[in-house]
Amino acid sequence: MAAEFLRIDKLVKAFGTNQVVKGVDVSFNQGEFVTLLGPSGCGKTTILRMIAGFEKPTSGSITVDGHDITTLAPNKRQIGMVFQAYALFPNMNVADNVGFGLKIANVPRAQREARVEEMLKLIGLTGYGKRFPFELSGGQQQRVALARALAPSPRMLLLDEPLSALDAKIRVSLREQIREIQRELGITTVFVTHDQEEALSISDRIVVMNAGNVEQFGAPFEIYNRPQTRFVATFVGQLNTLNATVADAGRKSVQIGASTVTIPALPATARTGEAIALTMRPEAVSLSDVTGRDIQLEGRVAEVHFLGSVIRLKVDLGGNTISLDTFNDQRTPPPTHGTPVRLGIASSDVLVLGS
Amino acid sequence: MTRGKPWAWVVFGLAALYFLLPLIATVDFSLRIRRGTYSLDAYLNVLADPRFQQTFSYSIFIGLTTILVGIFIVLPAAYYVRLRLPQLRPLVEFVTLLPLIIPAIILVFGYIRLYSSSSWLPLLGWQVGGQYIGGPILLTFAYVALGLPYMYRAIDTGLRTIDVQTLTEAATILGANQFAILAQVILPNIVVAVLSGAFLTLAIVIGEFTIASLLNQQVFGVYMQNVGANRAFEPAALAVISFVITWGAMGMIQLLARFAPKTARKE
Amino acid sequence: MADPVQTGPAMPFWRRVRSGLSGGTLTALLGVAPFVAFAILFLILPTLGLVVQAFVGPDGGFTLQNIVDLSQPQIVSSFSISLRISAASAAIGAVIGLIIALAIIRGKLPESIRSTVMTFSGVASNFAGIPLAFAFLSTLGRLGLVTVILKTVFGIDLYRSGFNLLSFWGLTITYLYFQIPLMVLIIAPAIDGLKKEWGEAAATLGATPYQFWRYIGLPVLWPNLLGTLSLLFANAFGAIATAYALTGSSLNIVPILLYAQIRGDVLQNPGLGAALALGMIVVTALANVIYLVIRARAERWLK
Repeated sequence: MAAEFLRIDKLVKAFGTNQVVKGVDVSFNQGEFVTLLGPSGCGKTTILRMIAGFEKPTSGSITVDGHDITTLAPNKRQIGMVFQAYALFPNMNVADNVGFGLKIANVPRAQREARVEEMLKLIGLTGYGKRFPFELSGGQQQRVALARALAPSPRMLLLDEPLSALDAKIRVSLREQIREIQRELGITTVFVTHDQEEALSISDRIVVMNAGNVEQFGAPFEIYNRPQTRFVATFVGQLNTLNATVADAGRKSVQIGASTVTIPALPATARTGEAIALTMRPEAVSLSDVTGRDIQLEGRVAEVHFLGSVIRLKVDLGGNTISLDTFNDQRTPPPTHGTPVRLGIASSDVLVLGS
Repeated sequence: MTRGKPWAWVVFGLAALYFLLPLIATVDFSLRIRRGTYSLDAYLNVLADPRFQQTFSYSIFIGLTTILVGIFIVLPAAYYVRLRLPQLRPLVEFVTLLPLIIPAIILVFGYIRLYSSSSWLPLLGWQVGGQYIGGPILLTFAYVALGLPYMYRAIDTGLRTIDVQTLTEAATILGANQFAILAQVILPNIVVAVLSGAFLTLAIVIGEFTIASLLNQQVFGVYMQNVGANRAFEPAALAVISFVITWGAMGMIQLLARFAPKTARKE
Repeated sequence: MADPVQTGPAMPFWRRVRSGLSGGTLTALLGVAPFVAFAILFLILPTLGLVVQAFVGPDGGFTLQNIVDLSQPQIVSSFSISLRISAASAAIGAVIGLIIALAIIRGKLPESIRSTVMTFSGVASNFAGIPLAFAFLSTLGRLGLVTVILKTVFGIDLYRSGFNLLSFWGLTITYLYFQIPLMVLIIAPAIDGLKKEWGEAAATLGATPYQFWRYIGLPVLWPNLLGTLSLLFANAFGAIATAYALTGSSLNIVPILLYAQIRGDVLQNPGLGAALALGMIVVTALANVIYLVIRARAERWLK
């Protein structure tokens, strides 16, 4: 287990009477890539800005590497930051932008130039030093911003939705590049996004936030497969909901339509006769291979969305609609609208979420 | 929520002092015509002066004429440049900036040299029924020139906020001719922009002195200068009056901005 | 309304021309015609006429004598005073205007103060000419409110200590009343264009607020500052009414000299009058060209 590096204790931030961060406790490890994920207004950006020092916490503390930095001025924190809107200095060329932090730190010119070269190589923009920001594409500007943040060798890197302003394709490639560089340098990184796919693909661990509170903190695999709250389950990934009735609480059996099945995940608090919602990921529902799946349901295809490698179907079960994904198969065309189908779900994949 | 930084308040306070003191002093001075007591006599003297009434109404008349002529010159030009002749735009924009580059005194000097009674186009010598009308005409055109940068920018901004192309095509299909389109479709849609250009023009023109005095036109600005040379307290009253007029014209522009169409982009 | 398109010789000439110029280009040209005529008759020809006359001698032939004659002491000193007053009022106005704009925007003054300052700037930048002179006479004239208060309350006699409203500094202080607001109006959008993130990025890189302004804030504003400075300069250089109402013809600045020349040919040489005008045109045009060029270069940054 790596050493604890950043510790956030009972952090509260209120603007007037409006509390946007309501007592957050988390700690991140040395070299870890952690994402703060949540809808806009959940407090994730405010936490990032408190780590950077742009906002003063109303109460609570922030500790980096054993030092309390809660009240330290931003320019004394040695934390690199990349902003959503690039924020490159428009009056300086790429090399001067990247070298700015070193210049402020009075690093001698020769050393500074060498470091700038090294950084430009790292982001794949060797030879761009003399260009001005307005001559670069968005993706290039954001890479320069990353190099600028990393050049003074900060203790930590903060990324505030750095990919939101970019085109879809560049977003994916830059995200991979950021992660690669982060691994290479082993720098502790806090990344803020509202995009769950981005968070799942890039992070060591994810803090899912909602309305100023931490909903769940864990590895992407855990967050996706074992969401602890209804919010996490619905915010991260797609989710199907099936209305059902508890048939026998003691034996964990549940009635869906005409069939009765056993759900291992049924909580002990469930009472016989109670109406409950069963949820499952689209990929947990199978169309072709129904053997070995103990829940079997029949319905008709309501919608077919051909997405390329994956085909997403919506199946009408008479009251419930379920989405499911099947892989594209060159030899068999997908079922058409109205086709009767049989679905299989493993009861062990079913989640029962409290409200 | 933002309370402002202390230094900013200090700057604001000093600035307020510099900008308000002359106003306070002028109001104070304008009320001191009677020894030892405040009175409105200076204002009453001015308002009762027939020369004030004459020059002021003449200035208003010239101002309104200027606005009408300005709209007649600028609106079709701005409209067609936007609609059909975009290649002329840089040239037109440069011309509308000329009055800011050429000082007013140069313009009027040029007019006098060019249009004096001995020239090839003796505008200054024009008479109708024994009255020289060249002066008022030249004055109006000079004022159109002074207001040109503002009138053009106001109208062009107004045109940018409406879809000129589509409106024109729609009106053409319904059978309107070019004049009807401009007068009945375009103008009503940019009336707020045109009016703000008009008020700005009025604010600039109403107290103008240099051009009018060199063209021997008895306007409000020339009257003010005369009073200033001969009286002590009345000039202060006149300054207050014209400050109120300027403020009124600017206030109207602010007020009009609120009535501008909601889709209008601000610049 | 829509006539069927006629062809052949029976068709009137104007209609043939019109259908030849497809898409109503002729109508468009007719629409632009008043503007073009106005620009030629009342902007370009009068100015060009003066420029030409500056090179015409009393005999009607070409001469450079008028330009050479500009070197006579009265004219040289008028240009010197004019340039100094314009430069001083532009430079001081720009600095103070910048500070005020920074205070209302960066100093986070309440929105109500900001909108009041902007509206007032719109009014004050147009409050020039005769009334402005009256206002300053009431304030800093021999009997002005401030003069009197300084004397009776603080015991400072402005006029005995060498101040005179009808002098270089008096005129400069008066001009500042429209120069500062003009600066505020023009520079405020540029300051708004300074992104908050630039300051934050500089801070995370270790820069102090002073270093931010030294390396980023001022350099980014610089083109706008220089450009506006030249605009303020031209603005003051061409102004006459305020100075005339304040000082009559006692202050020897170029526009007042030109005014007297137009009135009564005080230089006793019409060609020299035109040369004087040419000198003014050159100075203000230079200042404005600097403004336009710098402005165009500044705009490519701030996208």
